[in-house]
Amino acid sequence: MFESKGGVLLIGGLGFFALALVSNALVPVQMYRDLPEQRTEELVNANLMYQFEDLSRRFPESFEKYYGKPTREQAAEALALGRRVYVAEGCWHCHSQYVRPVSNESRRWGAVSATWEYQNELQRPVMFGTRRVGPDLSREGGRRSNDWHAAHFFDPGSVSEGSPMPPYRWFFDGSAQRPNRRGLAIMAYVQWLGSWLESYPYYEAYQPLPRLEDAP
Amino acid sequence: MTHTAWAEATGSDRDLVDRRLVAWYFVAALVYLGFSLLGGLLMALQLVRANPLQGIELLSPGRWRMIHTNAVAYGFLANSFLGALHWAIPRLTLRPVLSRWFSWFIFAAWQVVVLATAGGILLGHAQGLEWGETPTWIDPLALAGLLLVAVNFLAPITAARGPLYVSSWYFMAAFVWTLLTYAMGNFLPEYFVPGTSGGAIAGLFIHDLVGLFVTPLGWGLMYYFVPILLKKPIWSHGLSLVGFWGLAFFYPLNGIHHFLYTPIPMFLQYGAVIATVAVELVVATVLVNFFGTVWGAGRLALANLPLRWFYTGMVLYFITCFQCALQVTLTFQAVIHFTDWVVGHAHLVMFGVFSMWIFGIMTHLFPRLLDRPWYSNRLAEWHFWASTVGIVVMFTDLGLAGMFQGYYWAALLPWEASVDGSYPFWLVRLLAGLVIIFGQLCFVVNLVATWRNRGHV
Ligand code: HEC
Repeated sequence: MFESKGGVLLIGGLGFFALALVSNALVPVQMYRDLPEQRTEELVNANLMYQFEDLSRRFPESFEKYYGKPTREQAAEALALGRRVYVAEGCWHCHSQYVRPVSNESRRWGAVSATWEYQNELQRPVMFGTRRVGPDLSREGGRRSNDWHAAHFFDPGSVSEGSPMPPYRWFFDGSAQRPNRRGLAIMAYVQWLGSWLESYPYYEAYQPLPRLEDAP
Repeated sequence: MTHTAWAEATGSDRDLVDRRLVAWYFVAALVYLGFSLLGGLLMALQLVRANPLQGIELLSPGRWRMIHTNAVAYGFLANSFLGALHWAIPRLTLRPVLSRWFSWFIFAAWQVVVLATAGGILLGHAQGLEWGETPTWIDPLALAGLLLVAVNFLAPITAARGPLYVSSWYFMAAFVWTLLTYAMGNFLPEYFVPGTSGGAIAGLFIHDLVGLFVTPLGWGLMYYFVPILLKKPIWSHGLSLVGFWGLAFFYPLNGIHHFLYTPIPMFLQYGAVIATVAVELVVATVLVNFFGTVWGAGRLALANLPLRWFYTGMVLYFITCFQCALQVTLTFQAVIHFTDWVVGHAHLVMFGVFSMWIFGIMTHLFPRLLDRPWYSNRLAEWHFWASTVGIVVMFTDLGLAGMFQGYYWAALLPWEASVDGSYPFWLVRLLAGLVIIFGQLCFVVNLVATWRNRGHV
């Protein structure tokens, strides 16, 4: 059996592969079956609408041109497009979207990531990410203003000195004041990230760890 | 083995092996390697803020980052393996592949798949699956291609009578696994399974692509070429069996170790960690087997360039496994996950091990494919040394960078601290990358000169 064609093909090739698929993939699928997948429209919340309306006021011409009125439907569309841009540009190879329960991450970013946060259309495939050249983005919403994001995407170095993040000029019609359809979408998307949570620490509110000798 | 030795001695493989096809697969592989290196170079320049081509949509570093990894997997490794298999399988089985015409068709179809993937990613159609960014509309095509490959090669293997040699086990299983892995990874997380469980499948995919596509083909080819070049049999048949079945059983169970500390259920994470420790032991048995084989012939392995490539790759494989033993622990993960340590590890496996084996195979085969010796042995040596020095510097550098980054983050320093602190490491990585690129240029120059050197016999 161990050296026969049938053994190699059926047991090694098919059998063990199936075993792994069942134990490592179908088990979690079963475990989370009571958390149904949310559609994009269901993800539009008050925080996102606030940001979306803010975009329409800050960039009135661009917004009017590309999205018209800041309705919930338009917000859902922007969210979906923003997510496509996030994938297409490989943002997820420089930014993660999960806060781990170790390494003081919850002090930096907020609540440790939980499964329910990922049970939606925009996390199919999931955007855990692999590398953090830039910070985790799963609690990015509301952290920065839309102006900041526009300036940052147009030229990261202008607001974050020496940033290695590439500039995304093609999200704009020539200047940081005029984001295009994709530019507005990616901003809506990053403002949405984490918007489902009550609160999380902002950078300004950062408490550096107390030095050991100062601790009581 | 005796069959192969016989074919080698009598040269009767002429009707078995389509040498032009093998050569073209290798050439295609090297072309994609070139593109991949350019993508890596662009990202390396971006990180040290010296990218001269900023602000151009088609040169978006993020997109080229994906081309970098995809071109390596589907362009360089897949084409090299297919070329080497077109050499090894007919000689192992003493039977030609299913059909010569069919083989050329597959060759052309696969290049369409790879080029379309690159084009799709460049135009912003990437799929959000790491190492499977192949745009969704190409996935069915790629899958069909893999199926044809399997049929074409399984024909001679299943028709061969008598006991199967180790390499054939690996090849057979790899054809099944690659197909299944590709289907699982590209369809389930995209269309059916969202979120955390989808992440578990993505973990299986990325890991199986290494463990069930690259690894078995790589090992299978080593089991084929090493004994031929050393002119002695593999040290222990028992260890070969342990290696194969250990890989088959444990490797597929590892995937979730890519996402430790995620919301994926903790018991599954522990399971993946334990299975990974098992895989390390399995890999150790395989390495012991190969070092047992070379025992007593070390001088030959140093003097003969293809063998030197093979065994350098194995030493680096051992280091990879050592890294793995550390990084699979939850303790270590807390520090190095998401850092450049992981990037260094990935380069060490893909370049330091499997690419080295492929370069060894190419160095061995090109003279046989073209019926003439290498134009320059010195260039071949430069290729070896630049690649070796480059990758050793790179993985050491990135490993260190990763530890620094991990501790900067844990110390809750502002984010810039980790970026600024990485700068010197990124600079060294850029230089190491340039050395690697230089090595590959030596190889290409040597190859072109050899190819054009028709008068020489
Ligand atoms: C080369 C890696 C890289 C790529 C690719 C990249 N980023 Fe960044 N990003 C960084 C780094 C480094 C920082 C931190 C420095 C800074 O603020 O620019 C950052 C910062 C950010 C921030 C600000 C986080 C904060 O609040 O401090 C956002 C938002 C962001 N990136 C979004 C994106 C999006 C969206 C994309 C894709 C369009 C992207 N990034 C692509 C590296 C990258």
